[in-house]
This record gives sequence, C-alpha cells and structure tokens, in this order.
Amino acid sequence: MIVVEGVRFTYSGGVEALRDVSLTVKDGEFVAIMGQNGAGKTTLVKHFNGLLKPSKGTVRIDGVETTKTSIAKLSRTVGFVFQNPDHQLFSETVEEEIAFALKNFGFEEEVIQKQITWALNLLSLTQYRKTSPFMLSGGERKRVALASVLAWDPQILIMDEPTIGQDHEQKEKLRQFIVQLQAQEKTVVIVTHDVEFVAECNPRVVLMKEGKIVADGKGKDILTNLEALAQSSIVLPQIAQIFTQLAPLGLSRNVIDIYEAKDILLQAWGRRRT
Amino acid sequence: MFVAAILFGSILPLTALFLMQFPFVFLARVQRQWLRSLRGALFLAVFIFFTNFIFSFINAGYVIIASNVEFAVFFLTTSPDLLGLALEESHVPYEFSFAFTTAVRFVPVLAEEAQTIMDAQKARGLELEKGNFMKRIRNYIPVLIPLIVSAIRRSLELAEAMESRAWGATKKRTNLYGLTLHKGDFVLLGITMAILVVAFYVLLFVPVPTLTKLFL
Repeated sequence: MIVVEGVRFTYSGGVEALRDVSLTVKDGEFVAIMGQNGAGKTTLVKHFNGLLKPSKGTVRIDGVETTKTSIAKLSRTVGFVFQNPDHQLFSETVEEEIAFALKNFGFEEEVIQKQITWALNLLSLTQYRKTSPFMLSGGERKRVALASVLAWDPQILIMDEPTIGQDHEQKEKLRQFIVQLQAQEKTVVIVTHDVEFVAECNPRVVLMKEGKIVADGKGKDILTNLEALAQSSIVLPQIAQIFTQLAPLGLSRNVIDIYEAKDILLQAWGRRRT
Repeated sequence: MFVAAILFGSILPLTALFLMQFPFVFLARVQRQWLRSLRGALFLAVFIFFTNFIFSFINAGYVIIASNVEFAVFFLTTSPDLLGLALEESHVPYEFSFAFTTAVRFVPVLAEEAQTIMDAQKARGLELEKGNFMKRIRNYIPVLIPLIVSAIRRSLELAEAMESRAWGATKKRTNLYGLTLHKGDFVLLGITMAILVVAFYVLLFVPVPTLTKLFL
C-alpha cells in the first residue's frame, strides 16, 4: 500500500513541483495519474520508490517511510519502468539486461535463469534472448525495459508513459497484461497522457495540476467530467465526445466504454423504431 | 587567468590567482553557482591529490582547483551563442564554431540525462556507493553506456534535423545580431592581459618561495 501524506517537493533549482499532495493507493489497485506536462506526475511517482524524498510530509510503502530506507530496498517492492528505455539498456544481450536487477537484488543463479525465461515469455521476447537490446526496435526495447523490471516480480509496478511509441496492437497487449497483473493482486500505477488508453482500461484516475491533485475517482467519472478535464487541458475520450454531443437526445454522458456505448446506442435505436 | 593558472606549478602564485578571481565573481553576480562549481572541482581535486600523493606531485591537484573555477566564471557569464558568434566573427570556419557551441550547449542536457539514467538504474537495484574502489568504478558502467549511446543517437538525429533545415546550403551566412566591443570589454581585456604579463614575468624572473621554505 502506498500512503502519501501532505507531501511538498521543491527541486534544488527552486521549482515547487508538489504542493501538499495526499493520496492512498491500496494493494491491487490500478491507478492512472494524468495531467499536463509539468503538473508533477513523474515527480510524484518518483517518491514511491524513494528516488525523490519529500521536502515536507511523508510517503510510506507498506508502512515503511521512504526516508528511512534505501532506494534499492524499496525497489524490491516497487518496480519502476522509466519512460525512455534507452535510459536503462546497457547490456550485450537481452538476457543479461534482465539479469542485471536480479543480480543486484542477490537472487540465486537458478532463480535468475527461471525469472528471465518467465519474463521473456510474458512479453513475447523469447526469440531475442541472445540479441543485443540496441538492435531491437523502439517498441521492443520498451518491452525489454518492462521485462527487466517485471523479472523480480515487484508487488507494486509503476510505469511512466508506457504507451508512448507503441502501436495499437502493443497497447492492447499492454492493457491485457495489466489486467493479468490485476488478477494477481498487483498494484499498478501508470503516468500517462493517453486518454484513449485510460478510457479502454477504465482505472481509478488521479488528475493533477500545478503540483496538486485536482480530481480523483473512477475513470468513467473523471474522464467525462468536462470541468475537471478542461482544468488540466485533457480532451475527452472520443466516445465521451460523441455522448456529450448526443446529450440533448436524453442519453447518458457518462460513457467511455465501447461496449457500453454500443448497448446504449442499440437501445436508443430500438426505442425509436417501436 | 586560466592560462596563468596552468603556467604555475606551485602553491603561492596559484593561491594569488585564486584570490584574484573574487572581484570578477562578485561583479558577475554568479557567487552561488561559482561556489557550487568550486565544490565540484574540490571533489575532483581531492581525488587527484590522493592519487598524486603517491607520486608526490601534490601541486597538480591545486592547479585543477585554481584553473577549474576560472573556467566556471567564464562559462557562467558567457552564453554559448555569443561565444559562437565571437568565434565566427573572428573568422573561425562556421563548422568549427557551430560544433563548439553545440558541444557547450549540450553539457546541461547531458547532465540531466545522466541524472535520469542514474535514477533508472537505481530503480533496478544499482547501488553506486557500494563496494570497494574498483567495484565503485564498475558500478558506473550501467550509467555510462546508456549515456554514450543516447548521446551518439542524439547527435545523429541532430545532424539529420539540421540538414533538413538546409544547414550549410550557402557559404556566406548572415547573422541576426552583431557583436561590438564596449569600453568595459577593453578594460577587462587590459586587466587580464596585465595579469598574464605579470604572471609570465613572475614565472621567469621572480623566484617564488615554496611553502616549505616560507615556514621553515
């Protein structure tokens, strides 16, 4: 469980990136943190594994305050996948890349081999086991970066902009993959601008603006809340846009899911025909 | 002054040069940043002190401090664009002046990137401060490789982006701004030249006492 209480954070340059943020993420929850560039999203999640320590307030992971432990210890529980895979890939083969963290955490050789096989399989990278990560495409490198974090099976997974540079098929795989993690009661936190991806996943959405949380609730409610979205310069998901325009016909505006939209439209269609 | 700092190998003139920088630093109002770079240089110098101690060349570390902080004054007060422009107006080929300004300008970008990479690797359990001396150096491999790879990748992209904006299309370039020398510039030039001349004179003709001779 992640408990953030009254956190303020000021960068050494003097920029105040977080202004009194409080947030609780329960075990097994799926949260999307959204907001404009510079709203403080990445700064906030960097507090979850201790990369940044609050200037004021506290961040606790499973009851342990992040200021009282090391990043390495926290990372064992909190896996953090960075936005740009090129900021972490350095090994000669994909296999070694994934083994890096496992060695750092002091896993046994057998366990390392087992976890590598498992992680490669999970992200359909098995064929690249002995390939250099630098030879892979952008999307594949992103998956290697993800695999290299998932390999140690952290309880909490944080992903910064996981959909950037991914084609639609990969996004869909990522979505299914998160569903799978949810089934294992893992906590997933994503930082993203991708409104359509969030609409498809329908997680809890936390909206940030200028270092503060301005809205927090079900994806379906937040992503159809015109005022809250306008405040953080986020556009409605396409389905919500259609239903906003159809509102004068007496249809619900509160729709972001394709299948729900289809049902509502079919119902309305049927009413008109009879 | 940087040249002067390199000229001398012993402690007393270097200290004098070091103290001489204070008025410049305060005039330029960059005290805080200057102190920060002094701290950075000190770290490097302590390292060099230590290694050089074995070969008993204690002074080299001091050269680094005195010269490094002078570099800091220069780069804190001069924008890379103006520097490039100055080079260009002194008839240095544009290719060279451009390469120079680009290199200078990308230093902060690289520093920021290095920080991100360190964060990314720490998040994978890398502990940079762990282990003995050799192990600590090895700890930096996972930081250096991504840094170099992305710097190369970035420079290739930059070259493509520049070529698609007609870089080098005409031999004779025109500039939006010109540089002119003001009274203050000549004064500063005079002062620095004087310091350099005095430094040469001291080096060649004045026997500089060493610390040991001074105190024993």
